[in-house]
Amino acid sequence: MMVGFISRNAWTLGLAAFLALLLIATKLIQPDFGVSGLDSVARAALPFALATLGMSIVIIAGGIDLSIGSTMAVASVTAAVLMQGRGDVASVGVVIFVLLVGLGIGAINGALIVITRVPDIVVTLATLFVLEGAAILILESPGGAIATWLRDLIVGGVTIPGFPDGLTNWIPKSLVVLLVSAGVIWMPISRSKLGLMLYAIGSDKLAAFRSGVPVSRTKIVSYALAGLFAALGGLAVTMSTGIGEPIPGPYLLASVAAAVLGGVSLTGGKGGLVGPILAVFILRLMRLDLTLLSVDPNATSIIEGTVMVVVVMFGGLIAVRGRKT
Amino acid sequence: MTTPRQEAALILDARNVSKRFGAVVALRDASLKIHRGEVIALMGANGAGKSTFVKILTGALRRGTGEIKIKGEDRSIGSPAAALSAGLVPVYQESSLIPDLSVADNLRLGDTPVADFVHWTRELGISNLDLALHTNELPLATLRILDLARALASKPDILLLDEMTAALPTDLVERVLKVVRQHADEGMAVIYVSHRFTEIAQLCDRATVLRDGATVGDIAIESGVEEHIVEMMLGAALKSTTRADLPPHEQTSTLVPRLKVQGIAAGSRLTDVSFAMFPGEVLGVVALEGQGQDELFSVLAGFQKPKAGWLEVNGRKANFDHPSAAIGAGINLVPGDRASALLMSRSVQENIALPRVAAFKDWGIVALKREAEEVNAAIQRLQIDTRAQGEVRRLSGGNQQKVTIARWIARGVETLLLFDPTRGIDVRTKQQIYALVRDLADQGAAILYYTSELAEVRMACDRAIVIFNGGVVDIIDAKDADDQTLMRAAYGLTAGAA
Repeated sequence: MMVGFISRNAWTLGLAAFLALLLIATKLIQPDFGVSGLDSVARAALPFALATLGMSIVIIAGGIDLSIGSTMAVASVTAAVLMQGRGDVASVGVVIFVLLVGLGIGAINGALIVITRVPDIVVTLATLFVLEGAAILILESPGGAIATWLRDLIVGGVTIPGFPDGLTNWIPKSLVVLLVSAGVIWMPISRSKLGLMLYAIGSDKLAAFRSGVPVSRTKIVSYALAGLFAALGGLAVTMSTGIGEPIPGPYLLASVAAAVLGGVSLTGGKGGLVGPILAVFILRLMRLDLTLLSVDPNATSIIEGTVMVVVVMFGGLIAVRGRKT
Repeated sequence: MTTPRQEAALILDARNVSKRFGAVVALRDASLKIHRGEVIALMGANGAGKSTFVKILTGALRRGTGEIKIKGEDRSIGSPAAALSAGLVPVYQESSLIPDLSVADNLRLGDTPVADFVHWTRELGISNLDLALHTNELPLATLRILDLARALASKPDILLLDEMTAALPTDLVERVLKVVRQHADEGMAVIYVSHRFTEIAQLCDRATVLRDGATVGDIAIESGVEEHIVEMMLGAALKSTTRADLPPHEQTSTLVPRLKVQGIAAGSRLTDVSFAMFPGEVLGVVALEGQGQDELFSVLAGFQKPKAGWLEVNGRKANFDHPSAAIGAGINLVPGDRASALLMSRSVQENIALPRVAAFKDWGIVALKREAEEVNAAIQRLQIDTRAQGEVRRLSGGNQQKVTIARWIARGVETLLLFDPTRGIDVRTKQQIYALVRDLADQGAAILYYTSELAEVRMACDRAIVIFNGGVVDIIDAKDADDQTLMRAAYGLTAGAA
């Protein structure tokens, strides 16, 4: 039983071990890396992690969503513009509205792919441009505001009334936000018929169709989920900066990278969401360590890219050898 | 004994060719001789090694042992290009033109002389062909003609036609036969691979017959030779196979059929099939390759909509626009190609759960847990070896096939469509599958069982329908279903016509 669990989740466990090593390395490089450091890493990683979750779901279902960064930008500026000058009560409505916008954008992506039969990479490239323009039309330059409770939601450590602070407040709130939103959306799906169907259409579309899976509908759902996570990611951007950002950050490539490093196969049908989240933190920490070591930022990119190729190649080799035995 | 003149005209001489794939011997000892001006038929039942032999002759496969001489020279044909340069040009059942290129570009790609090509298309009955058309805009029958015209334009010494008339209407078949015969009379040699006795009788001089991977006969075509060829294809040993002890088939005509099929037509091959299948019955389907059985099964499973005809399930009209509709009506397909039914990189459990879960109306959250018990029960019942259950691709072929069946029986099955379920499976697993099929029928399932092994009709079925040329030509009770009867029916040689 235990052995089975380990062999089935070998990749994820490996990533976790690698992450632990990186944390130790960070502590060695920067001896005063502590609670506040952890907090800022987690906060910086939050939008990347949410984008990666969305991207991973689409890739698991056999697609790709290039518009994920632009969707985040639209969500970010929409939230910032609507919340400016409004109270806390209204801001709850805004959050719900933004999430629905993300869900809708994703569903439109999926529907366009299914109905027009234009390849996903082309459709989402087109929506990338459309949404990029839309974000700038909504808010020309960074601005707007965010409700205070949302800002506070991701700053600092967790405090639970009745518990001594020292026990819990080293856990960054932003990490809790990430795990809760991932858990609330993905846990029920992965245990239901929908989860199985998402993996099925990514694994083999024809076999899934022949098994009675509504392939088109499931595909649309996968993009809608990606849109939902992208909207959460956009909200996270506004939450951490306090303003709306009309220009998308480097989330597209980073999310594909983290998904792949996290064990999601680009051919679809394989992987989970725990691995990609670990991969996001690995990539962020690596970047931090290289910065702390005052490595040239350009060299940093080269090192990151190289590490990714080597790790994924190594993983592929292990998988191939495992299959032969 | 051959005279010197004949010896000089000998253009292809293949001797003692063999081929094995791992432990499977596909070809043991195949030989074939052909002289200039001759048209010979290459015949053999399903699995006799015909297609392996054809692939070796055309260079798609390398031979194991044996020798192949073309025009007296030893040619080791290692690639399709080498076969072409030796003067052997094949035309297959599927078009080999590239669909996204125009006809003219396709000709340029193969260095085919355009004037000759146009000449041959005219000869074959297509007078005003626009060479600028993309080949994917042309109807299938025209494509077959263009393939043949392209082959003829390259002035082959040996033309190999592999089931090329299968998708052609009768008038075009006549034209093709006439042109090919005429060309042979001018000194070309033709190898004609076909199941159709009428065409062979019209066109061919001799027939070379394969059985179990070996050439068992070389016989001149004359009237009454069909019987002899059928016997050769079956072999002496098979004829004496004892029939399985079957209870007499119950009179079912008063019951409502589980599945009634009326006048179904689909694709280019299935023209008109009607039959009824009752609860508790295993109905065999016997057909040579490419007679429309693939289309029949894909219509019944909801993969494809029929062009004509209708279906009734339990007495009610049914219209399947998606596989889930057929699954919802209790019709489950186990396809011949396991890879096209299974998620190879997912687990045994997921593969078994998927189709049943997908057919649920609700999006139940605990669906998978609720299923787990039934899934495990099905695995046990079929004795699936689950040591490598994490990924279906790691299972053996037999165990993969069991998974495709298990996914349907976990919940109890009403109608099961089995498409050649025992192809490439070891004998022990075959027996398990026969027993399971009978067990399911006894519990009230109706099972449609296509098989490429004639003996299985006696071992697994109650009755069998025979499909030839897109329609049902005969219905045979399992107790009367000796190989000879089945084979004759499958070749369209009904009692009246023979």
